[in-house]
Amino acid sequence: MSMVLFDVPGPKARARHKIMAVIGIAAVLAVLVYVIMRFIATDQFSARRLSWINYKQIQLSLVEAIGNTLSAFAVGAVLALAFGAIFAAARLSDHAWVRAPAAVIVEIFRAIPLVIMMFFFYYGLPVAGVKLTAFTAVVVSLMLYNGSVLAEIFRAGINSLPKGQSEAAYALGMRKTQVMVLVLLPQALRAMLPTIISQLVVLLKDTALGFLITYEELLRWGTRIGGDAVNFGRPMISVMILVAAIYIGLCLVLTWLANYLEKRNRRNKKVIHLDHAEPLALNEVKV
Amino acid sequence: MSVLTNNLDLFLRAFGQTLQLFAVSGVLSLLLGTLLAALRVSPVPVFRGIGTMYVTVLRNTPLTLVFVFFLFAYPLLEIVKIEPYTAAVVALSLYTAAFVCEVVRSGVNTVPVGQAEASRALGLTFVQMLGTVVLPQALRSVVPPMTSTMIALLKNTTVASGFAVFQAGTIRDSLSEQGENVLFGLLWVAIGFVVLVMPLTYAQQVFEKRWSVAR
Amino acid sequence: MRVRTLAAVLLTGALALTACGKEGSPTDQGAPAGLFEVAKDVKVDGSPTFEKIKARGSLVVGVKEDQPGLGYKDPTTNKYSGFDIDMARLVSAKLGFDPEKIQFKTIQSAAREQALINGDVDYYVGTYTINAGRKEKVGFAGPYFVAGQDLLVKKDNTDITGPETLKGKKVCSVTGSTPIKKIRDNNYTEPQNILEFQGYSQCVTKLLDGEVDAVTTDDAILKGYAAAEEGKLKVVGKTFSSEPYGIGLPKEDKALRDKVNDILQASLDDGTWQKIYDGTLGKSGASAQKPTIDRY
Repeated sequence: MSMVLFDVPGPKARARHKIMAVIGIAAVLAVLVYVIMRFIATDQFSARRLSWINYKQIQLSLVEAIGNTLSAFAVGAVLALAFGAIFAAARLSDHAWVRAPAAVIVEIFRAIPLVIMMFFFYYGLPVAGVKLTAFTAVVVSLMLYNGSVLAEIFRAGINSLPKGQSEAAYALGMRKTQVMVLVLLPQALRAMLPTIISQLVVLLKDTALGFLITYEELLRWGTRIGGDAVNFGRPMISVMILVAAIYIGLCLVLTWLANYLEKRNRRNKKVIHLDHAEPLALNEVKV
Repeated sequence: MSVLTNNLDLFLRAFGQTLQLFAVSGVLSLLLGTLLAALRVSPVPVFRGIGTMYVTVLRNTPLTLVFVFFLFAYPLLEIVKIEPYTAAVVALSLYTAAFVCEVVRSGVNTVPVGQAEASRALGLTFVQMLGTVVLPQALRSVVPPMTSTMIALLKNTTVASGFAVFQAGTIRDSLSEQGENVLFGLLWVAIGFVVLVMPLTYAQQVFEKRWSVAR
Repeated sequence: MRVRTLAAVLLTGALALTACGKEGSPTDQGAPAGLFEVAKDVKVDGSPTFEKIKARGSLVVGVKEDQPGLGYKDPTTNKYSGFDIDMARLVSAKLGFDPEKIQFKTIQSAAREQALINGDVDYYVGTYTINAGRKEKVGFAGPYFVAGQDLLVKKDNTDITGPETLKGKKVCSVTGSTPIKKIRDNNYTEPQNILEFQGYSQCVTKLLDGEVDAVTTDDAILKGYAAAEEGKLKVVGKTFSSEPYGIGLPKEDKALRDKVNDILQASLDDGTWQKIYDGTLGKSGASAQKPTIDRY
């Protein structure tokens, strides 16, 4: 807890909290027991419905599906970071003719739903003779959307660096590009690292939208195996529990990385600590 | 242009459904999210644990998976039958509530501790303190990020496209069925979203500028 | 004692990681052997698709993966089977390429034209109805089968006997498919009662859950599901359309289209077509009429 909204509980409050805790646990347990009873009553964990785990081809296809999810994530992340850096720099340009179009592009791509972008690249563009695979459509959409969000994060990070940084760099005789590339961007990058990584968590989750344009990623694998009536009698519940666990695990690893870097940053005196970092992280809500 | 004018009725109905889906899930997620936030700052550790658990699970699960769960896994449990539209509302609300919760909680954290201490000194209970002192003050730092969350929800309604829910994301299907130009159709859908989202983004920036000065 | 338990757990874990994995399928039907003799020295003059295939040395064929008996991919073996799959193998063999080496690619209904236009697949065999609208975008060889739109309902359902009994009932089919357009255009049921999903299996799931009353598409597809769901479902059996299935090809490639038509005609004449039908869809007990090839 970063702050305390309540007094240290006294004996009476402690007793009351204990009762409430019991009620809370009981409520959660009741829900859990009910769900598990439904699982049992509808036979979700029968031998047949769990037997999919045993097949070599299914294990291999699971590994392949995770690989597809991760490769879309990796390529999408690299492209989005590059896109973000370029457009952040463009939005901070001294020339209005660079600044304005960059601002418009970033605003527009943040406003269009990713699903619509993916549809556009996968179903729309071929009408005009441009052919993209599902993978490309997913990755390009991820780049445009998350790149635009990252551009705003970078820009906010650079803006919040003390003015002395760029002034000192100019005083040393650096050009604008040098100031940006050598002085401002690296510092902004380090200071904003936790925010950037939580945006990457969003990107990782968004790869699952590839499901909608038939990209063979983890979720699509899950619906295929989970919907198999012929061999396993539709083991959707058990498969989806596994798929959700994998996604949550992957995201938590990234989140853990963000927290670790934040802690290391805090100890590191070389990093400039931004006062606005917190409200900014707040406003760029990751959904 | 002809794609839009020939199918104006389709576009209007679809975007109407999008807005309806947005409004219903928005209200539900605000309610549930605020409740969760109250759990997360409550003095009872078990409640905090429940809140944290919920937020951790839902925030790290792709929304598409939540949709798949409610459309294709949940019915297997034979509890209560739900229509695809209801399933979409449930999925969107449960998912967005986790983000609403975090926004509210962060907002509560921006209210100085002295405020809570002063209200306790006045003899207010925890619920009274949250309701009459802390939350109203937290509101100003909550509104800008909450607007972002709601913009995200508006855009997220398109995820329902793969799940038999008619809305702006399914305009493509109807156009493709009629042999219309899908490319321009999708461009118009994108423009529609830009038109819907831009005023919200602008409002958010205004709130942010006006209210960030205060502290 | 504790060490031994730990060792046992680790050992089981290691075994699970390395040695697990059943081969084969619980419901393996076995691929028909010796049915497809690979032709030699095939030439298709003036076909860019054929040149592309020759350069690659094997075929990439678009199919469905969720239609038992027609185009089905067994997840336990990753092997495709069904009537459409065998037709694809037949064409491959007669074009001079080993059907065992076909790279099957699953393409959803709504993405078929695009896959052919994009050149992602050389040809497409997957319950692909020939119609004028599609002919503007892609080419069709065949038809190699004539199906008819029908309804799949729960076994105990007696209300639904044909399309005119659908009013007020929830009907499910696949996004962008001919059957759903037919239901909509003829007002068989109200627009809000029409549900569209990405695959038929999702519709069948909804039917079994009781959230929709009927799944509609071609009888051939529905029979496959009725068989797969072990007597829980039935096909109404009153077709209300004629759906000639064609092999989708790139639009401009007339040379390949003529060649595939020749292959289909030969298989109809020499009994191969009948053998393929008997080995797949024929297992449902229903007989089928041979189609007449429509060249254009």
